[in-house]
Parts: sequence; structure tokens; C-alpha cells
Amino acid sequence: MQTKLNVNGKTHEVDVEPRLTLVDCLRHELGLTGTHVGCEHGVCGACTVIVDGKPARACLILAVQVDGAKIETVESLADGDTLAPLQVSFRRHHALQCGFCTPGMLMTAHALLSVEPDCGEARIREALSGNLCRCTGYIGIVEAVLEARAAYKTGRRGGTP
Amino acid sequence: MKLPAFNYAAPQTLNEAIELLAAHADALPIAGGQSLIPILAFRLAAPSLLVDLRRIPGLDAITISAQGVCLGAKVRWCDIENDKRLAAAHPLLADAVTYIAHYPIRSRGTVGGSLAHADTAAELPGIALTCDAEITAVGRAGSRSIAAKDFFVGPMMNALAHDELVTELRLPPWPPQRRWAFEEFARQQGAFALAGIALYYDLADGVAGNTHIGVIGASAELQRINEAEAVLNGRKADAAAILETAKAAAHAIDAAGDIDAPAAYRRALVETLTERALKRAAAR
Amino acid sequence: MTRRDSYIGNPVERIEDLRFLRGRGQYIDDLQRDGMLYASVVRSAVAHGRISAIDTAAALAMRGVRAVITAADLGNTIPTIAVRSESQPSLDRVVQPVIARDKVRYVGEPVALVIADSAAIAEDAANVVDVDIEALPAVTGRAGLAAGAALLFEACASNRVAGLSAVRGDIEQAFKDAGYVRRETFQVHRHAAIPLETRGLVAEWDAVNNRLTLSGAAKVPFFVRAALAKMLELPEHAVDAVETDIGGGFGARGEFFPEDFLIPFAARRLNRPVKWVEDRREHLMATTHAREVECELEIACRRDGTILGLRGSAWANIGAYARPNAVTPSRNLAQMLPGPYRIPAVQLDVTLYVSNKTPVGTYRAPGRFEADFCRERLIDIAAAELGLDRVEMRRRNLVTAAEIPYALPQVLPYGGSGEFDSGEYSITLERCLVEIDWKTKSALQGKLIDGRYHGLGIGCYVEGGSAGPRENARLLLDAQGMVTVYVGASAVGQGLETVFAQIAADALEIPIEHIAAVHHGSTTGIHEGFGSFGSRASVMGGSAILVAAENLKQAIRDAAVARFSCVPQEVAIVDGLRAVTAGRRRLTLGELSVGGFAAAGTFHNVKRTYSYGTHAAHVSVDPRTGQVEILDYVAVEDVGRILNPNTLHGQTVGAIVQGLGGTLLEGMVYDEEGQLLTGSLAAYLIPCAVDFPRIRAIALEQYPSPLNPLGVKGAGEGGIIPVGGVVANAVASALSSLAVATNALPLSQARVWQLIENARAAKRA
Repeated sequence: MQTKLNVNGKTHEVDVEPRLTLVDCLRHELGLTGTHVGCEHGVCGACTVIVDGKPARACLILAVQVDGAKIETVESLADGDTLAPLQVSFRRHHALQCGFCTPGMLMTAHALLSVEPDCGEARIREALSGNLCRCTGYIGIVEAVLEARAAYKTGRRGGTP
Repeated sequence: MKLPAFNYAAPQTLNEAIELLAAHADALPIAGGQSLIPILAFRLAAPSLLVDLRRIPGLDAITISAQGVCLGAKVRWCDIENDKRLAAAHPLLADAVTYIAHYPIRSRGTVGGSLAHADTAAELPGIALTCDAEITAVGRAGSRSIAAKDFFVGPMMNALAHDELVTELRLPPWPPQRRWAFEEFARQQGAFALAGIALYYDLADGVAGNTHIGVIGASAELQRINEAEAVLNGRKADAAAILETAKAAAHAIDAAGDIDAPAAYRRALVETLTERALKRAAAR
Repeated sequence: MTRRDSYIGNPVERIEDLRFLRGRGQYIDDLQRDGMLYASVVRSAVAHGRISAIDTAAALAMRGVRAVITAADLGNTIPTIAVRSESQPSLDRVVQPVIARDKVRYVGEPVALVIADSAAIAEDAANVVDVDIEALPAVTGRAGLAAGAALLFEACASNRVAGLSAVRGDIEQAFKDAGYVRRETFQVHRHAAIPLETRGLVAEWDAVNNRLTLSGAAKVPFFVRAALAKMLELPEHAVDAVETDIGGGFGARGEFFPEDFLIPFAARRLNRPVKWVEDRREHLMATTHAREVECELEIACRRDGTILGLRGSAWANIGAYARPNAVTPSRNLAQMLPGPYRIPAVQLDVTLYVSNKTPVGTYRAPGRFEADFCRERLIDIAAAELGLDRVEMRRRNLVTAAEIPYALPQVLPYGGSGEFDSGEYSITLERCLVEIDWKTKSALQGKLIDGRYHGLGIGCYVEGGSAGPRENARLLLDAQGMVTVYVGASAVGQGLETVFAQIAADALEIPIEHIAAVHHGSTTGIHEGFGSFGSRASVMGGSAILVAAENLKQAIRDAAVARFSCVPQEVAIVDGLRAVTAGRRRLTLGELSVGGFAAAGTFHNVKRTYSYGTHAAHVSVDPRTGQVEILDYVAVEDVGRILNPNTLHGQTVGAIVQGLGGTLLEGMVYDEEGQLLTGSLAAYLIPCAVDFPRIRAIALEQYPSPLNPLGVKGAGEGGIIPVGGVVANAVASALSSLAVATNALPLSQARVWQLIENARAAKRA
């Protein structure tokens, strides 16, 4: 089926099988392999992207379902080699080890801070509770998101406007 | 865990959607897809056609009136969370929704999908049953209203005909002084409830009446516990009444056991959660 | 320029983060090749049975299906996967064939492989491969050792397939001398590593040169290459095993699995690149499980708490086959049973038996987690019965610096014992007590506060690291002064690129920015490597880099001596390795050698480092729901020398949370027919961001290891070792008024509730 996706500000027209999930479409049709596949049943959160401003599991959405939608992936955050504030915080706080959950973690946090830049630790942990990380024990991740709030409050958040 | 092959249609109107369902015996509707896609990923269903409701106009409003709260079938959990009016118009609903899955799931999952999925561990079916809600379904034969107690006919089973779609959930009006609480216990936040209690009662002259207690997760089917409600009705919700009501709930529940929780444990959880819910309700 | 050790020991931000944070990692499923086909594995749905027929016609008839491979396609002899570590002759009969031919022995065992144009088509076709299996009775637990139980391997007289023993001192005498003896039974349940990325492979066959490249290798690529070359009847140099970015290993990923043969076999047969990415449902049944063991232990003490002996038996359920690491957990369990304590006499006999469950292997701190759980529980039980303070009892028995080197028990039939390398084990105990404020919190033990019982737990451990026998590194210095590092050790997501870059930059006295790249693991960059296991990678790989760095500097000096025609003492390497001088004469690196320099280095070491530590927890238990909440958790470890405090802290905290998951939340559950009931991440729960927010980890550098030039000790696993025992001790302490025995894991909500109910019922009776 012909499907039009706006990904990170760029429009792509793809011809896909209806059964193709959004994450497989991003990865294998558009070559955006930053979004990862960890469980394909909506539990691990590695595939989290932002759809029309809200975080969503790209493994639980068909590509054809988001025809015309605006999608943001991890590739949208940095400006070339310049990391976005959230990414800088993740690096500083050692919020990643193997890096596999990181893109989903970043997108959930980016979605959250974009609308709730004042959220506290409990809210951050609750919002991230659907993104599993097997390496870090989450402490660095939560510290990084807490620190990144400042950038979102002042509108220096990075990513697709 | 690639999905099985199916055809896909995204009709522009409710009627078209109904006609598509009617024309394909193994077609399934899809809205948020947060329960259906995992079922497909495990290949537990093999629909020939998915009928996506996303283009159908309307069905996405939260209406608050003297008749109560009406949720369109396409209302998403995040819409409920973000609608500040519901804190007064239906605090039980607003609270229960915060227990649903996780943040990125709540941005996609819908009211209609949850009702139709009819998972006995799910929050919204429990709220619908507890609150005497009415569900509107539309099919080829027209529109009909189904009481929640008649809608959930078994685990993962609803009363819809194959060509019927849920269009709205209507929750009766919520008196401002109503006492209520929602308590849920799961192995982990966002995981399926091992047991959950939704309850409310109204106070008249310090005495509880119109008590409604619904249970999710603990039994093979959603359950209202009339035996426990009867214990509280007509009494002050004091410590003794709370304990008796909780014991009655545990006694009456048709508890189910599985690898995570034997039946006796779920029964104990029902007692504990009922007691805690009643204490919280009384303190409101 | 003197820059010695300006990177080692500092929280250098990670090099690999720059790609991971931007979605530019290259994990196995990110690889694309022209003409690539996709594989899906048909797995047994029956735990134990005889294959009577496999009908592939329907699958082959599907559009886009290129091949369906079964045992019949492999010829008369089906290759088997050898035990890599601590094998015994008896295990040769129970190793896993790469594909089932006559019998299946666990749910998930490969019986066929479908190759198709897409992953979805391959899965469609796999679902219609009709495997006819005549079911046999399944064996799932220790009952399978009883006479008359169904046998997994008819050639074996019993489902007991191997045994080993830890021995030290005169155990009979110890128990004779004891004023106090206590026997207890412990169970650790089956759980698993569950890295966030599942396994995956891309195999490419070069028909012109008869070469195979296997991407997706991890942990032990050189072992995988050797095994695969043998199975494919190729010389080793015709096979390359390539490491990609890896989404977590934790001991499970990277050992030789059936797919490591099947996917290359298919690529060669079809002469096309073939990709296989394990899906999560497969992962839960196909990747190794771990930890399932029962122990009956007996402790002998003087009445003053001096431990004289520890003895008993253990039964390890290794699943359906002896996989490469089937023995390692049992060996470690036996050897580490006494842990950091001075226990003069030890005897543990471990029985390894097969069952119709997924085969087991290593998972972070294999056997050590289990040993610590049993021992630390037993010490608490003994202390309570002797009326001693449990901290004092530990203090009294910890090995002291004066006693080190201190020999570990021997493990038979392997022999050799090893010895602790350095440390004063009470240091971490004392510090941990201070950090958690044990004195103040002790008053809370057993108290019911707001409906929750409060308890404290403590436990000590040692972590063996730096597994030998050697490791290799190679350094390339180009004419511009940029250095490329090749190391034989593997990375599985721990941040080794950064740590290796730190070590190389300090050794070469250059800015870390001059490290152009760090390559690890793959067989393409270096002649030999040993991988990443047993907390070895930093120690062994890092030490090899030091050797190579010295060799590199020597090569530069030699060249300079020749060019300047001077004596070696006159030569100086300056300007961050970018120029040499002899007196007033100066040459840039490019002038000295257009092609740059290369040097290799090998670090040999067969002794193990032992980092050590103490953990303590303050928990609350809701007796109504069985919910255990971790209110405070403190870990103190002495790792000898810290390479990067950030990555070390990350390893420790991450390991603790994994341990808490295994202790409270996780579990592989089977029914009596051998069906796996936890086949999704909705059923097998791993910790999420809200579960364990209060964890503190403190690392000390008190006793460097004398065994390597860096003074470092392996430290990737310590964080998980004591967690089970610490939490079980804390829960027991919370529920002391009920005399609840927390001697079986997991301490799931339902189990804790049941323990409380049982204790109350017993009290009433």
C-alpha cells in the first residue's frame, strides 16, 4: 500500500505490506536503524518513537496506520555531530551502556520533557517505566533526564521543531 | 514475531467500516492496536482484513453533561489523563486510567478497544461494570445500548455481533459527595493486575448506600460483588464495616489461580485491596 | 609531555556514546547485504519426543521461500556443540546437535530452518512446516533422577550426566569438632540474562575464495570461529567471526548456539547472505537459561561463631543438553561456596542432571550468585541460633590481608585451586555498615511500621576475574600520530572502547583524541583473542595493551636510533608520539616512517584477581500482599584500581538491579509437560524504572591486584553476586517474629505471602 510518512521533517512515500510495523518500516524501508526492536510485543520500549507529538511503540503500530502522521525518531535529536542537551546529559550521567534501549529511552524522555519540563523524579520514573534497560539499573538515566529539564524549560531542547 | 499477512482498509465512515466487517467473516477492527498487535505478533489471530477506524470522524470526544460522562470509542487514555474536568466529573475513571500500562501505550490505546478486548484484568472494563455504564454499539442492524454487565460475557469475550463496533461508553452522573477509590496490585507497575478494586458509595446522614464494588484481575470474569456491597449498605463506613465488607468480598470472589498468583493469594488480595480502598474512600 | 595516567581513574565520557546516542550504532539487525535472505527457525513445540516425520512441502510451496533445511540435509553426522569449559568425558554423550534429527528434548529445540526472501515470509513458512512428534514423558526437575524416570538420552543409564566436588581440609574432623551443626535446604530458581537485544547473525559465503564471514559473533568470537570452521570442514583462516555493536550479553550471548552453525550452513548452501534475528519469544526458549539449583548444606561452627566447615550436596538442572557453559555455574558454585570466609574444611558434591527444559549456561556471576545466596542465608541462620550478632559472625570469619594469598577449595575432577590475590575483606564490611547506618537501622528490624515489617540484610562476596590464559593487543600508529587499537577481548556493551582507549592513551602518553578507533573481539583484526567472560576483558585486554604500547614505543625508538645513528639513551619520543628527538635533532613521525608503526603485545596470566565487597539492604515487607520494597541498598566493593569510575558504577548498579530482578521478580516457569509458561516479556518481568530507585554503590581502591601491571581486578559481576542472599536475609529479618524461612528464590509477592500464611498457620497449630 502506498503510504506517506513524515519522518524527522522529511516526507517519504513507501509502498508497504499492510502487516509491516512502523518500526520495521523505519528500519528496513527508510534505513533509519536508530530505532531498535527488542520484543515486538509492546513491552520493552526499545522501538519508542514520537508520533504526532506523543511517544508510541513503533512495534505496535502498522506503517499504514500512520499515513500522513508526523514521526520523530532518535536520528532527529542531534544537529549533525552536535548532541542535543538530553543526549549530552545521557553521556555525562553514563545513562547508557550497550546503547540498545537508548533510542527508545531518549524519545520517551524527549516527549515527556517537551510537554512537562517541570516534572519530578517520580513522574520521570513512571513515564520511563515502559522502557526497559537491562544494563544501567536506571539511576544514570533518571539523573540525566532530571538534568536535561533545564534545557527544555528554556527552549533549547533540540530535535525536530 | 512478524505479523501474519492481512489486508487493510481505513474507511471514511462508520457505515463503511460496518459494511467491511459484515462482508468479511474474519475481519477485525483496529483502533489503537495496543492489544491487537501483540495478539497478531504471537499469531494468536489471523484476520484476513483489518478495518482501521482512524479516519472515521467523531468518536473521539469526552462529553460531560448532566447525563454523566460520555467517552467516544476513539478517546485515548492520554486524552482522559489530560482532561482536567474529569477529576470532578469522574474521579474514579481518572484515577483508574493512571494504572493502565505505560506512558507510550496510553498515548495510543483507546476506550473502544479496551472495552471490546474485554480483558478481565483491564481497568476500563472494571470501571464500566462497577459504574453501571452503558456501551453503545452500532452495526448493520442499527445502534443499541448494552449495559456493561451484559457486554462482558466472559474472558476476552464481549456481546458485540461481528459487524458491531463500540461507539461510546456512557458513565452515569457522578454526585460530588460520592466516596470512591481505586486500588490495584500487580507484579510490577504497568503489568497486568493480579487484582484490582474499583468502588464507590454515597453517604446519606453518615450512612453508606448505593455501594458498588467491582473486581478486576482476580477472577476469570469481571465481577461486581453484590454480597460485599450489601454488607456496607445502610451502615457507617467505620473500621468494623470496612473489615466485614472486605471479608465478604474475599468470600464472594471466584478467584482464579495461575503461575503468578494462586487463587488463595488473589482472594487475599481482594480482601486487602477492598479494605484499603474503603479506608481511602472514607478518608476522602 | 608527562601525561601518565591522566585518563585511567577518571570519569572519561564514553566514546561509543557518540554513536549510540544518535542512533548510529551498528547492531546485527542493522546490517544489510545485497541479495540477503532471511531465516526462521522451526522449533519443537514438544518438550520430549521422537520425530516421526517432518513435512516441508507446504512451506516450500510458498512464494518467496528458498529452502527448508532439516537434519536430513546435513548428511549422516549431525555436528554437535562441544562443551567449552570444564568438560567431562561423560558430557560428550549429551551435547547438543545443531538440529534435532531423531528426538527433541526441549520446547524450542531447532528442527528445521526456513530461508526466504523476507523475515515475515520465513516466519509464515516456518509456521506451516509440519513436524510430527511422538511425545514422551517429560522430565522437568530432580524427580528425573529417580529410578524409572524417562531418560533423555537412552545411551545414558540415568539423567545424571556429570558430577564435581569442591574439597578443602578435613571435613569429617571439622564436623566432629563443631559445637554447633546446622543443615538447611536452599533453592535458586531458573532465570536468565535477557539482554535487551536478542541474538542475531548475518552469514556471508564467498564462493570464489571459499570463505565464510559470520557477523553477530559476541563474547568469544575466536572460539566460535574454531568450532564453526571444524563443523563446516574449513580451515580456521577461512572463517571470520565479526563482532558488531551488541545490545547486552551478561554471559548468555555469544557462546556457540545451534544457529551459529545453521545460518552459515544455509548461506553456503544457497550462496547468498543469510540474516537471522532471534525474536523475543524464541529468545526466551532458545537462549540459555541459568541458575536452577538445589542445595542441601550443613555448616559446622564453634559456639563462638567460628566456622569450621561447610558441606553438602547440590543438584544442578542443566536443561536438555550440555551447552558450552553447562558446567561453569556448578564449578563456581562449588569453588565459591565458602566465599570470602576462612572456612578450613569444605566438601560440596554437585550433581548435574538433564531435564526437558532449555539448556543452561552462564549468566553474570554464574554459580557465585547461587553460592552467595546459600552461604549468606546459612550464616544468618547459624548466627541467630547461636545467639550471635550476624555482622560479628561475618567479621570473625572473613579472610584477612595477613592470610592472603589464601587458597580456594580444589574442584575435582579438575584440580588446581587458585588463591585470593589481595585484600582486607573486612574493609568493605565496615564501610558498608557505616554507609547504610546499620547501627541506627538495626532498631527497625522486625518492627511493624505503617503495616510494613522492616528488615535489614547483609552479605559478603568475592568475585573472581581476569580469566586467562592470555590476551592480545595490536597497536597501529599512522604517520599522523593517530593510533588504532585492536584487542582480542570482546565488548558486550560495557564501554570497553572507552576503557581501552584510556589505557592506550595513558600508556602511549597521548591525548585520547589521538586514538582513532578501538576494535575488539573480531577475528579480523588480530590473530587470537579470548573474549569477554569471567570479568576478564578490562584486566586481560587492558594489560595486553600495556605490553603492546611498550613494544610500539620500542619500535619507534629503534627506528630513531637507526635514523639518528645515536645510542638509545639519546632518543626521546615527544609531542604526544608525533616526533622523536636526539639531542637537538628532531624528526616528525611522518619523517621517521611514512608507513607509521605497528606493535603487538600479549599478556599472559593464569591466576585470577579477586575483587570483594559487602552489600546491605533495608527492606519493608507488606504482609498483606507479600510485596518487598527496597528502601535502601548499599554496595561497597574494593576493585583494586578503578579504570573509569563511571563505567564501574554503571556495571555495579546495573548488576544489583539485575540481581534484584532475579531475586524478586524474574523466573522461567515450566509446567509438568515441559512447556515454558513465561514466553513473553509480559510474563517474564525484568526490572523497570520504578522498581528499585534507591541503590548506592561505592567503589574503593584499597588493594590493587599484584597479578597485572594495571593493578586492576575484574569487576563486572560483583554487583549481582550477593543480592539474593542480602535480600533474603533482609526479608527474613523483617519477618523474624513469624520465623519465616526465606531459603528459596524468587521471593515473589505470592511466595512471600504464602510463607507468611504458612508461618501464621504453624503458629496457630
